[in-house]
Amino acid sequence: MEDILLASTILIFSAIRLATPMIFAALGGMFSERSGVINIALEGLMLGGAFTAAVVTYELSNPYVGFLTALIAGGVLAALFAVSVIKFEADQVVAGFGINILMLGVPALLSGAIYDAAGSTEQIAKEYLLPEFFRLNVASILAFLLVPLAWYVLFKTPFGLRLRAVGENPEAADAAGVKVLRMRYVGVILSGVLAAAGGAYMAIGQSSFFTKGMSAGKGFIALAALILAKWRPFHVLVACLFFGFTEALAIQLQGAPWAKLPSGEPIPVQFIEIIPYVLTIIVLAGFIGLSRAPKALGIPYSKEK
Amino acid sequence: MKIVREALYPLIAVAAAFVIGGIIILLIGENPFVAFRLLVENSFISAKGIFETLHYATPLIFTGLAVAIAFRCGLLNIGAEGQLYVAAFACAWVGIKFGGTIVTVGDVQQDWSWASLPAFILVPMCIAAAVIAGSFWGFIPGYLKAKFGSHEVINTIMLNFIAIALVSYFTQYYFKEPGDPILQTVPIGDSAWIPQLHTFLPFVPEDVPLNVAFILALVMCAAMYVFLWKTKWGYELRAVGENPSAAEYGGISPKKQIIIAMTISGSLAGMVAIGEVLGFRHNYYHGFSAEWGFWGIAVALLGRNHPVGVLLAAIFFGMLLRGGIFVDAFTEYISKDLVEVLQAIIILFVASMQKFSK
Repeated sequence: MEDILLASTILIFSAIRLATPMIFAALGGMFSERSGVINIALEGLMLGGAFTAAVVTYELSNPYVGFLTALIAGGVLAALFAVSVIKFEADQVVAGFGINILMLGVPALLSGAIYDAAGSTEQIAKEYLLPEFFRLNVASILAFLLVPLAWYVLFKTPFGLRLRAVGENPEAADAAGVKVLRMRYVGVILSGVLAAAGGAYMAIGQSSFFTKGMSAGKGFIALAALILAKWRPFHVLVACLFFGFTEALAIQLQGAPWAKLPSGEPIPVQFIEIIPYVLTIIVLAGFIGLSRAPKALGIPYSKEK
Repeated sequence: MKIVREALYPLIAVAAAFVIGGIIILLIGENPFVAFRLLVENSFISAKGIFETLHYATPLIFTGLAVAIAFRCGLLNIGAEGQLYVAAFACAWVGIKFGGTIVTVGDVQQDWSWASLPAFILVPMCIAAAVIAGSFWGFIPGYLKAKFGSHEVINTIMLNFIAIALVSYFTQYYFKEPGDPILQTVPIGDSAWIPQLHTFLPFVPEDVPLNVAFILALVMCAAMYVFLWKTKWGYELRAVGENPSAAEYGGISPKKQIIIAMTISGSLAGMVAIGEVLGFRHNYYHGFSAEWGFWGIAVALLGRNHPVGVLLAAIFFGMLLRGGIFVDAFTEYISKDLVEVLQAIIILFVASMQKFSK
């Protein structure tokens, strides 16, 4: 009995740790997509944040400065993405994809040059990582607090109303005097700041250095969580925790001697790993309630039209 | 004049990539001209260089064509990576099961195959397996889009992860030689091998693994041109890409075209398996793809979704991928990640100039 209790406690804390970067990224993605901009760049924005946090924290031995610098870097990177898709009306998926590749290449190139270790930064001493309170990382606590805040901003403030209006019906919003493009810039930049926070936690909380492509698809799972949550903050939290839980379970089962099928074969973790992806496809197809995206999602807005 | 116009924006993007990449190299403290010379010249100075470049370009031609044909129908196939994974595994599976593969486990020889077929049957079977598996993995998002309207971008991203997990499962539990630390299948039967070019072309150096899949890639470029611009089916596919509602008004079913385009796209991506499994590695190796499915997007964008453009763009990126190894080896601070940076800048520039180049 105690074993089960212990195992489930470990599992729950592991799930929270694994969900944390996704909560940040998915909430970020929500601001971007609610304003009408598809954001598959979350993965790259996370990597940008992770790299910046790792370098700054290592150089200055201060995780808070590292974390804040990562937010700025994420915002700047997202601004680049925003210019491309808002000003130049680039295809949002293609440009987002470009940002992802850029953030595979640039951090690896720079870390190779700065630290002379192919694609990784130096290990940060444990005392300079983001601290834990009550066994929860400060970033996890922040992520949880952000959920009601994001909900409040999105649904209870004039800013949130305008942001949603721009994503649903930009023509009407424009006619009502809302600056459509400006709102979209804000939405996308916010997504960069939040996704970078998730990345920063990965580099200076969950682990203690940056390595090339360390987000390993987390940005895409965050996007899946966002869709599953139908672009709503509290649902985002639930979806991210669920995905974190499946990942924690897969990790626990990997190589655990007791994890056997009745036939004596080890439980194939691959089947647990794909749960989030399969679920997303099913939800998108409308089998579990209709998943309705913001109406103007993916459509550039220009006044001449 | 049309050619000049078509080539102008891709060339601007490439130039911008080298300028911005050069600035980054300067910041790192290296000489950009030295780096770019290393990147480019090794692909020209020797026969080995040229044919190695073509070897690197071969999978990019297939994935570039795959992404391009979907683009022509107004779809973005980010799933070429998953499609080529399932195709490669299916291809190796047939090559093992019908290739008379004998595996030595301890002191015992086990026959893992069902049959040992001669090359003239086995090779077409392996090719068919690759094409069918790839096209099936492309058909799924096409069908989901046509039937439920769910976005092919999200679905293909999800299907990439699913494909890689499933293939890794089957490899790990059913097709790995016991005790092999590497996640790869046992080798396919010898009769499933397709020839490398040096075996019949004396001017190709012996250590270059360029194989007949490259010739198939060229044929597919021609076939795609004929299909898109000389047949009714190609016309209908493009019509949907240019204006779905007008196409529908003209009696073309966009849903049907979406499924067809994604299925063809998947089959083209699946053809990567032919060169890699039958012509080069002779087994399924997990991680064989250097993200070619994603490179295909850059190739199709730079090649303006035209078969000739795709061919040229694939050779250009093939050159960079090969050159990256030399940059890595012969400069102190620059790694082959430079190639990804250049790729990303090209993607961002081409995408941002789309508005002007229509």
